Amino acid sequence: MDDGYLEQFLSLFDQFDVLGAFWVNIQLTFWAALLSLVLGTVLAVMRISPVPSLRWAGSTYVTLLRNTPLTIIIVFCVLGLWGQLGVQLSPDFQTNFFRLAVVGLSVYHAAFVCEALRSGVNTVPVGQAEAARALGLGFWPAARLVILPQAFRGAIAPLGNVLIALTKNSTVAAAGSVAEASGLMLTMIEFRPDVILLIFFTFASGFVLIVVPLGLATTALSRRLAVAR
Amino acid sequence: MSQTVLFDAPGPRARRRMVWVNVAATVVVAGIGVWVLARLGAKGQLEAALWTPFLTPDPWVDYLLPGLASTLKAAAIAIVTSAVFGLVFGLGRLSASRAVRAVSGAVVEFFRAVPVLLMMIFFWLGLARLQLLEPRDLPLVAVVLGLTFYNGSVFAELVRSGVHGLPRGQREAALAVGLRRAQSLRLVEVPQALIAMLPAIASQLVVILKDTALGSIITYPELLDAARRLGSGQGNILQSLIVAALVFIVINYALTRFAGLLAGRVGRRTAGRARAEAPSLAVTTDR
Repeated sequence: MDDGYLEQFLSLFDQFDVLGAFWVNIQLTFWAALLSLVLGTVLAVMRISPVPSLRWAGSTYVTLLRNTPLTIIIVFCVLGLWGQLGVQLSPDFQTNFFRLAVVGLSVYHAAFVCEALRSGVNTVPVGQAEAARALGLGFWPAARLVILPQAFRGAIAPLGNVLIALTKNSTVAAAGSVAEASGLMLTMIEFRPDVILLIFFTFASGFVLIVVPLGLATTALSRRLAVAR
Repeated sequence: MSQTVLFDAPGPRARRRMVWVNVAATVVVAGIGVWVLARLGAKGQLEAALWTPFLTPDPWVDYLLPGLASTLKAAAIAIVTSAVFGLVFGLGRLSASRAVRAVSGAVVEFFRAVPVLLMMIFFWLGLARLQLLEPRDLPLVAVVLGLTFYNGSVFAELVRSGVHGLPRGQREAALAVGLRRAQSLRLVEVPQALIAMLPAIASQLVVILKDTALGSIITYPELLDAARRLGSGQGNILQSLIVAALVFIVINYALTRFAGLLAGRVGRRTAGRARAEAPSLAVTTDR
């Protein structure tokens, strides 16, 4: 491997906006994480609520969404929601695809957030709920003041796993015509097939660099915030 | 925590109130359903002509069943290869040699952090460049390789954390009856770890099956791809995607239920404790 080879490879970075593509993945992850956390919390509360119809609706949602491939959901958002039903989330073409992909990622990962929170609820000792009941709290105050705060802290590790999965799954947005890292990798390899290995390792290590610190951070957080018992 | 602790067993008043809340919730949920249906109806998506083709054999014989066959084929091969990969590197991570442990650890960590789609694209284009394979086999091989490296790494972690989860006495007993360390691993610890990890292994099988749908991005003619071609040919893309999703849901749900049954049945044969969740990254499970 001579100098020219490496230089040629590095010149690819002038031609292609690699950091920009990763930035799209990070933005997808951020918005989808936020939305799926909200939706997943609502679902988790539904699933532990005293109302049978809400419990049923929550568990049906989780069963359906968890067993559907994310790729189908993203394709559905673009071809179905936008193509057939004319759901337009932004007048701008690119932003519209981006938001549709965020919707797809969010509804899919909300099912996993819900499961993570339920596992968090399982870490709360029964005595806590009994004490809340003994103080005369109804379901909603007991859940909001006693159970959920502890459940969130207990669920940090599994929620971190969902976040890591979401980060990697943001590449599937390529199926929804969003210009992100995996799509750019495809273009770059097609443009310069001779440096395919270097291109792959560039993108792969990009994800390693994002994902491993995320894992370390959530592990540290889950230890720090664990409720001492 | 049991579910009933959060609220009292409902008395007569609470039961009456519950009926009302139930009715209200049903109205809301059904209302969302009706609204969606109304919108679909307004766009003409509910017309029978778009749905009835799925009641006839043609779309199934020509598109969906071949697509499902490709999906199952890729998933089946990937399950076998990732089991092999997982056992090799799982045992590698448990090895007595520090170098073997380090190498296996690095391999497993790397492949778990890289998105499956990136690997599929890489193998798809990379193998095309090497020209070792028939071009029409490339997508299948790329899908299987991508799935193998990721899911194999997860399996390796399952083997490792399963063995770590076993009571220490298991190894001590094996060594006490005169087995060597490798024998103890192979004959006593790993088999029990696998049984204890059955639920997690099953949920990983669901992941493999779902991830085959990524193959549609690299032109592998699996179920999603077949549904898309069918739908764009007949003008009922929405309906085809829904049918394809339902096929996936039914298979995956059956797989999960079957694994639950199996875990209950064989769970008694092990001293290990079954943990339902697959560990995501070793950094989050390392002791």
